[in-house]
Amino acid sequence: MLPLLAQVKITDRNGAGQNCVQQDGFCPGWIKDHIGDYVDPLVRHLELTVVSVVAGFLIAFALAMLAHRRRWLVAPITGATGVMYTIPSLALFGILLPITGFGFVTGCIALTAYNLLVIFRNIMAGLDNVPEAAKDAATGMGMTPNQVLRQVELPLAIPEIVAGVRVATTTTVGLAALAFIAGAGGLGEPLIVNQNFKSNVVTVGVLCVLLAAVLDLLLLLAERLALPWRRVAR
Amino acid sequence: MSLPLTVASALSDFGDGLDFLVHQRDSVAGGVQVGGAKNLPLLSEHLKVVGLSMLFAILIAVPLGLYLGHTKRGQFVASSISNVGRSVPAIALVLFFSSYLGLELKNLVFAMTLLAIPPIFTNAYVGVRQVDEDVVDAARGMGLTGVQVVRRVELPLALPLVFGGIRTSVVNVIATATLGPYVGVLTLGDPIINTSVYGDDGRIGTAILVAALAVLAEVLFAAIQRAVTPAPLRPARQGLRGLRRGRPTLAQVADTPA
Amino acid sequence: MDPDTAQAEGPSANRQAATLELRNIVKRYPGSDEPAIADLSLEVAAGEICVLVGPSGCGKTTAMRLVNRMIEPTSGDILVNGASIIDRKPSELRREIGYAIQQIGLFPHQTIAENIATVPALLGWDKRRIAERVDELMDLIGLEKAMAKRYPGQLSGGQRQRVGVARALAADPPLMLMDEPFGAIDPINRERLQNEFLRLQGEIRKTIVFVTHDIDEAIKMGDRIAILRKGGVLAQYATPAELLMAPADEFVEDFVGADRALKRLALQRVRDIDLWEAPTVRVGDPVSEARARAAATPIGHALLVDEDNRPVSWLGDGDLIGERVVHHAGGLTKVELDDVLRDALADLLQGKVMYGVVTDHGGRVAGVLSVEVISGFLNHQVAGRIDQAPAPAERLA
Repeated sequence: MLPLLAQVKITDRNGAGQNCVQQDGFCPGWIKDHIGDYVDPLVRHLELTVVSVVAGFLIAFALAMLAHRRRWLVAPITGATGVMYTIPSLALFGILLPITGFGFVTGCIALTAYNLLVIFRNIMAGLDNVPEAAKDAATGMGMTPNQVLRQVELPLAIPEIVAGVRVATTTTVGLAALAFIAGAGGLGEPLIVNQNFKSNVVTVGVLCVLLAAVLDLLLLLAERLALPWRRVAR
Repeated sequence: MSLPLTVASALSDFGDGLDFLVHQRDSVAGGVQVGGAKNLPLLSEHLKVVGLSMLFAILIAVPLGLYLGHTKRGQFVASSISNVGRSVPAIALVLFFSSYLGLELKNLVFAMTLLAIPPIFTNAYVGVRQVDEDVVDAARGMGLTGVQVVRRVELPLALPLVFGGIRTSVVNVIATATLGPYVGVLTLGDPIINTSVYGDDGRIGTAILVAALAVLAEVLFAAIQRAVTPAPLRPARQGLRGLRRGRPTLAQVADTPA
Repeated sequence: MDPDTAQAEGPSANRQAATLELRNIVKRYPGSDEPAIADLSLEVAAGEICVLVGPSGCGKTTAMRLVNRMIEPTSGDILVNGASIIDRKPSELRREIGYAIQQIGLFPHQTIAENIATVPALLGWDKRRIAERVDELMDLIGLEKAMAKRYPGQLSGGQRQRVGVARALAADPPLMLMDEPFGAIDPINRERLQNEFLRLQGEIRKTIVFVTHDIDEAIKMGDRIAILRKGGVLAQYATPAELLMAPADEFVEDFVGADRALKRLALQRVRDIDLWEAPTVRVGDPVSEARARAAATPIGHALLVDEDNRPVSWLGDGDLIGERVVHHAGGLTKVELDDVLRDALADLLQGKVMYGVVTDHGGRVAGVLSVEVISGFLNHQVAGRIDQAPAPAERLA
């Protein structure tokens, strides 16, 4: 993909001979003609984001279930995921290469690792904020701890869990622009091939923001569909 | 490859990486010396970029956040900044500004200042907004002026969050500074990006170094944040990052390192 | 009421109420020298409301929560219908015991119907039976069926409180635990909910352990009241009337309050005390006879009634002239047999009269109530009648 895009750009500059393009400017016409070239990287970007967020959610959820009734686990898990959150993604790609090699998987691992803290913290906060009275009533009416968790605590924690996933998703869209360094592709690839060409840079930036906005909207929509009680409550 | 072998070879690679940090050697293509002491200019350039960006970001974001928080204006601005900013790739922003302003240190610093402002601004804003209305009211009732209210009541109570924002931004900026080589500023990102010059050892070694820098900054600023938190407000235990239980504040949710 | 025959009646109830016994319960918390409950023994008859009342920290909520094993006793035994609950599986035990708390704890993410159906669903009832039961309960608590599809956030505080009670009743438990169930409601609505609940209890006759810190609520709701002092020590366990007439010690006396005599008035109805016979006369009766009747009572007046024995007017000396009693229009203060004495006294004081004509449901004269009779009652002259104080549910029947 890399050499191909480079060629595209070169032929364009020579062929069209447009002034704007030659000056690396911002050229709406060029963007219109070449938007198709961004489809594949965009799809790959989407894949990176979705896989990382889903994987991050699954792992964070498992960790949260482990820690929910064993509060002492919260501190070490927050600490460990905090370190993963702190390590710069570029550095993490570099560190992962000897272990997982170049490719999609490495990109996903780094992005997933990055998501864990935000999602874990929000799941815990969501569970902590379930009204004590609802839990007491549920237990008092004869629900087992697992029933309380499934029927009361988790449903009531959904808003905060979704909030965490939304933050993770928009952040991952931005971070995935660096995944090309791990050989995982994404919108960072066309970006860097033509890094001085403003039309290219702007197109990638806008595509990222649009992708994030669309995913955010979908999550918001899913949340509203899943939570009829939130719509009607005052 | 079986798992133990993977781990063994990875550890060996990490060893080579650490060796790069300590011992100078020829570049891959030869002709240039890399590694060891030759890393120092990269490190100093990295820290310079981080320091300058943070300085400007703090000078702009803290007063602005405190002011808007104090006057209770700009709720919309505060929340949009933290939400929209998240999905813009740092690298796109860095490249964009450099393509206009040229390949220079000051242009990288400009882009990174922009990236560093939102978390600090949001936290300063939220920090002041969350100060108990009654406390402010009591302070006014005792005759404190607006400036005195900010200096003696709102600022001390908001300071922990302000430093929380700075802490988030420092980690962001340390990460983003690795993108410097793309716009002609040779930071610690150079060996990570230009493997053809530095080799795999260089990539792994500096990656470890940058990760260590980020974690170090995180721990350092967590300590500072704790130190400026009035004792009664301190959480019982403070780990690497916000171990506070309960609802994450807007500021925590707004954490957006690159 | 006779505990042995106290049986659930009405549309919603078909299970026999249970008896409850706490035997030498001790509850100690680790790290605390003083036990939360030192040694508590208590028996609750089937179908009765037992109110646990006392100052904060007296262990009343703890005592209640021991019953469904939300808290485990350090020692002692708890028997429901004579069988120990200590080796029951807590979750199964709790499904047989209704549970309502002050904060209600409705599930905001579930509809009213789903909330009410919580325990039936846990018990694995089929859908149709659950739906029928929810309908029945909505009816019982006086909420429209359409409300069943709403969420708790759309209801008023009083409505939510009723749903909380309905949810506790859903599986028709023979025993219910209620922890300040009306505590979070404003005084006016609280009074209404209390009355509603007593009416409901008149139908369902559950055994109820009711926790409150409010002695007035305790007197109103309780068949029996257990006053606890710090450390879960039982200061007195008695009917409301006994408590008001004969507080066991200074603590109880203080807790019940200086106005306990007045409180007693809220417990008794006009029909419960000895009324004077009314000196009734009709139009056309001989005046001499009327004068004789008036003189025979301390009232000194005759009471003119119509053909249906409904009161028309008092007749004084000046009115009793000529041969025959003639019609007089005039004002009267009337009270009803079912009025509580407190309200009847208020009516007399408001009418600035010493005597009130007591009427029955048909408005016919049943006797005369005088301020003297009430003050006699306050002076313990009717102490012998206290055991006949009606059950709370009957007071409002």
